Amino acid sequence: MLFAAFILDIGPDAGWFSYVPLAGPGFAPGKRVDFWAQMITFTELAGLLVAIEIIATAFKMRAPGMTLARMPLLVWAMVVTSFMILFAMPAVMLASSALIMDRLVGTHFYNPAEGGDPVLWQHLFWFFAHPEVYFIFIPALGFMSSIIATFSRRPIFGYPAMVLALIATGFLGFGLWVHHMFAAHLPELGKSFFTAASMLIAVPSAIQIFCWIATLWTGRLEFRTPLLFTLAFFVILVIGGLTGLMVASVPLDLQLHDTYFVVAHLHYVLIGGAVFPLFGAWYYWFPKITGRIMGERLGRWQFWLFFVGFNVAFWPMHHLGVQGMPRRVYTYPEEMGWGALNLVSTLGALMIAVSVLLFIINVVLTLRSGEKAAANPWRAGTLEWATASPPPAYNFDRAPVVRGRDPLWHEEPVPPSEPTHVSGLADKPREVLITTVVDALPDHRLVFPEPTIWPFVSAVAVSALFIGSIFTPWAALWGMLPVAIAVTLWFWPRDPEVLEALQVEKRP
Amino acid sequence: VSRGLDVSGLPSYKYSHHALTWWGMMGMIAIEGTVFALAIVTYFYLWSQADSWPLSAGPPDLLWGTLNVVLLLASIWPNQWTKRAGEDGDERRIRIGLLVCLAFGIVMLAIRAMEFNALNVRWDSNAYGSVVWVLLGLHTLHLATDVFDTGVLAALFLSGKPLEGKRHVDVSENGVYWYFVVYTWVPIYAVIYWLPRLT
Repeated sequence: MLFAAFILDIGPDAGWFSYVPLAGPGFAPGKRVDFWAQMITFTELAGLLVAIEIIATAFKMRAPGMTLARMPLLVWAMVVTSFMILFAMPAVMLASSALIMDRLVGTHFYNPAEGGDPVLWQHLFWFFAHPEVYFIFIPALGFMSSIIATFSRRPIFGYPAMVLALIATGFLGFGLWVHHMFAAHLPELGKSFFTAASMLIAVPSAIQIFCWIATLWTGRLEFRTPLLFTLAFFVILVIGGLTGLMVASVPLDLQLHDTYFVVAHLHYVLIGGAVFPLFGAWYYWFPKITGRIMGERLGRWQFWLFFVGFNVAFWPMHHLGVQGMPRRVYTYPEEMGWGALNLVSTLGALMIAVSVLLFIINVVLTLRSGEKAAANPWRAGTLEWATASPPPAYNFDRAPVVRGRDPLWHEEPVPPSEPTHVSGLADKPREVLITTVVDALPDHRLVFPEPTIWPFVSAVAVSALFIGSIFTPWAALWGMLPVAIAVTLWFWPRDPEVLEALQVEKRP
Repeated sequence: VSRGLDVSGLPSYKYSHHALTWWGMMGMIAIEGTVFALAIVTYFYLWSQADSWPLSAGPPDLLWGTLNVVLLLASIWPNQWTKRAGEDGDERRIRIGLLVCLAFGIVMLAIRAMEFNALNVRWDSNAYGSVVWVLLGLHTLHLATDVFDTGVLAALFLSGKPLEGKRHVDVSENGVYWYFVVYTWVPIYAVIYWLPRLT
């Protein structure tokens, strides 16, 4: 919907953070910001429900034997991210709902003339939007841990420290939102607190980086494309982290706020912290997902063009920012003398474009005629590599019993008295094994429903509610009726399935 | 060599934190609880920015809101009775309990309609009006959702269809959600009805 609105030139035009009063009814008439507000609320709702699914799946549906202390770091990263989502995304839903109510039904949350306050928007927005940076960053930390362990050919160093660092990052991520608002009028004590919290977050990040370095240092490295992208993370994120320490300090931030220095900083953090690991993850898991290995030669070309192009594009922005070039300008007078560095930046951007083009070519060529992947092409240690590439819809014929953190790297044979896989589950009805949260002991056999059309109908009904409410607030009311009907029919048991399930049911 | 870990003797469902759906519901409660908390924070924030409170409006009338507190707290008893019936798997008691809870819920929704009239301010009068309408509206949405859920469960148990035992888990979890609706009303009631009287 957002992109359709952009193409039709009715898209939102108040910036990605949609600050009031610019986005309020007084300064942004028309439907542009309404698109933004409702589509944001819709996206957040979807994100929240997925977070619940991830938590419930990770806690209750692990293979038996995979205790929390054996859960892969990627899964830990996803669980921590999901918990952060639960507590951060509601803030932006509330903020964007208040915005659209200000715009459509005449409430005054952000209207200072009637007792509202525009800074309320900033608080609610950044209470979400700073943790949001971690929603992008923490899964990338999970990618890093998976790739580094595999290509160092050893288990990750300091697993408990890694898990605790992830959890600490999850908590500290909530103590930072005001550092986006240092230039707004706020109490000085508050600013000092948020400066300290912004500095503190460097600690768990450093713990993870040192554990990775220890893993790499003591491992036998295989320099394949996924590892190259991972190693670039160290260079780029550390630079971004150091400039982060600089802007975490209020006096310096007041100098650099809204300059190109911040643009450089955030790209070093986000591209170094998320995009490089994401490319690494793409190369790493592509064979598992599609059954074909990405071309290595094109991969290396892509990596080096991306790495060099990135630095050529973004490094000069630090200098431009210190020289005073403001953000969010599309041009500037020639006599400012910023021309040469901006030209260098543009050349870097072109290199990145070529790199991404090579990446797309690589994907297409691989899908058409790439090398076929075995079940475990990288000789990795975690469980996803135990099933075929690509995996069947049911993942495993029989769920394995897990005996360690890297089950595929266990050399000693399973003692004859111990089981290797789960048995005794019915295929029809679809029984799945539910395990206990901490120890992953077998707990009960839950019957899953057969597929139906109702989840899809529910999704369509929810979409209709949100799209309708861009245009009339009443849609939020009448739109609930089809949603309620669809989710009720989704829930409503179907007799043949129930009779089948009763055949195998055992009461507790 | 492969040896099976035979799980065919395990039960088909379990209650409370053993159940997959319990975790799903706890996730929803975490989200909705955060929304309530942030809406209350918004109330305090707007108050902190105001010279007088509740701006130019008078405080809400106490009668209907207080009546609803009493009813909601009283509904804990049939709710707990129904929840226990679900955990015992006693379908006769489940049917009775769900119908009693449903009746409570419908009465509370009717009183809730009166509460909106007793706020003495419109949502578009000023920022105070906006935030109390949103607080009350948010809670009403949860009240209505749980009444609807209870109605669906009651219809299911009265339908005479064959039912799996895991539906008893649904009854138990519906009871947990009702506790959430009750316990969130107490602070929201205090904010809406009593804070404007403090100033």
